[in-house]
Amino acid sequence: MAFLELNDVEKSYATNPVLRGITLHVAKHQVVCLIGASGCGKSTLLRCVNALEDIQGGDIRLDGDVVSGEGIDVNSLRRKVGIVFQSFNLFPHMTVLQNVTLSPIRVLGVPRADAEKQAIALLTRVGLAEKADAYPDQLSGGQQQRVAIVRALAMNPEVLLLDEITSALDPELVAEVLNIVRDLAADGLTILMATHEMSFAREVADTVAYIHEGTVLEQGPPADIFGAPQHERTQAFLKKIIEAGRL
Amino acid sequence: MTLKTPPVARPLGVAQPSPVGTARTLLLAGVLLCLLTVGMTGFAAYLTITVAETGVWKTALGAATLVVVVLALLTARPLISGFRQQVASTTAAEAGDLVSARKFRARAAQSGWTALGSCLPLMFIATFTMFLLANDHAVQTTFFDAQFMAQSVGDVTVAFGENIKIALLAEAFVLVWALVIALARLAPSKAGRPLRWLATAYVDVFRAIPSIIVIYLVGFGLPLAGVPILSEMGPMWSAVLALTLTYGAYVAEVYRAGIEGIHWSQVSAARSLGLSYGKTMRHVIVPQAVRKVTPPLLNDFIGLQKDTALVTIIGTVDAFTQAKMYSSNYFNLSSVTVVAILFIIITIPQTRFVDRLLERDARRQLSKG
Repeated sequence: MAFLELNDVEKSYATNPVLRGITLHVAKHQVVCLIGASGCGKSTLLRCVNALEDIQGGDIRLDGDVVSGEGIDVNSLRRKVGIVFQSFNLFPHMTVLQNVTLSPIRVLGVPRADAEKQAIALLTRVGLAEKADAYPDQLSGGQQQRVAIVRALAMNPEVLLLDEITSALDPELVAEVLNIVRDLAADGLTILMATHEMSFAREVADTVAYIHEGTVLEQGPPADIFGAPQHERTQAFLKKIIEAGRL
Repeated sequence: MTLKTPPVARPLGVAQPSPVGTARTLLLAGVLLCLLTVGMTGFAAYLTITVAETGVWKTALGAATLVVVVLALLTARPLISGFRQQVASTTAAEAGDLVSARKFRARAAQSGWTALGSCLPLMFIATFTMFLLANDHAVQTTFFDAQFMAQSVGDVTVAFGENIKIALLAEAFVLVWALVIALARLAPSKAGRPLRWLATAYVDVFRAIPSIIVIYLVGFGLPLAGVPILSEMGPMWSAVLALTLTYGAYVAEVYRAGIEGIHWSQVSAARSLGLSYGKTMRHVIVPQAVRKVTPPLLNDFIGLQKDTALVTIIGTVDAFTQAKMYSSNYFNLSSVTVVAILFIIITIPQTRFVDRLLERDARRQLSKG
């Protein structure tokens, strides 16, 4: 059984449907990449998994338990499911260390000293230990996004959602962020990510899902999706990506 | 392939250089205004020295007006250099050097404007001095009687301590109370709706009532109604309560604007880390909002400090009450001027501080691009 399951998930803003019956399974230690045009529903899907948006149909299950709909404990769900955003969203009034330790201290009740020790260990891992006392506006985009990843990891999530985390970065800063994701995937973290980095998806993903207008049009191993896409829309999408020199 | 069409002939007018023009009229206006200023300041100085009463004022004002006369004479300097530039401009124009001619003409005009700009404030000072000395310096003795000011300044300053005490206490309460109201106005979900209504009603009502009315109603009304505890507060605490109620409503709106101004992605980020709504507000949103609203909040506090003078109507012995006692005994308002000066002394540093904060924020916005 899959660790994270989305079964026929439907979501609309007012009368505008965004997700029209998404079914997607992520096994433990798997990396699933969502690809598709902007506005196809990738980000909304991730926000629904984290309960930042509620859904109108279907259900989402984590480790067999339903985690969508009324009456769920969103705060305990979010302890298990971390998310990193396209625009970093670090807290500008806090140092890097405070950003990372805020929720371990305030949500998990970890003693400050332990939280800081863990934070420094994680920051060392992404090469930012010496920036612990810096404020976000003193960091480059790539550094900010690495801190945002560390902030999510500090909660020891069982699943990490990555929402186009390199889209807001200057091209030369993309690699430093992707290297960390590659590292986390190798460590066996379960990752569901929306991305425009096709070569990265081909290299790291176990499964690639092509989302089109709120549905999963096609999914499978990256070799199949990128090598021999079945659906004509997938073919058209990938053709454009190749024309743009992104694959 | 070569172009066959012949080049279009340029219209004649374009080839001619733009005219040099002259700054003569401007400089002449400058001369007239300069002469007028020197005359006015000279007359004001003469009046001060001959008419004003003897003693401190005579020396101080006399010296001050003489400085003004000197300044008025100094406005001739840019005029002289302006005329020199104008002559240079004319010479250059006659020699056919139009570029230099325009340059010197521009400098001459600049000098003329500088002279005009310096004359205006000096004329204002001269007029004000003559106003003070009008009717055998009646205005000066009514508002600025040095001896009487010196006599009252001690008691008025002591009483001003009461204004400062009321202001500081009210400000401390307002900081907390307004945040409570702001958070109530933003209470989430259906359950929070009655709370939102209540807070909105409070803000609407207390922003509508003039603070002098609130002070009057609280200071006299509560004791009259014999409300337990509240009626025994005394005028000082009544004033603190009334000002907290009024300014709480204003500052609540300032806080609300600040909280709503924080981008929703900050809420997403905090909630996604498992922080509850309350913890998100407390650790992420409110600290950022407070930083953002510090300048408008301080502006409201300056207003509050000035409104402490209104407590005179409920018999609190503040600086204004004390000054009025002096002025009614001596039929002279100089003691009230002392109060005004005290308010100026405490307020100006704060307004400058707010300006600096605003500048800093503007710079930050720019640097973020």
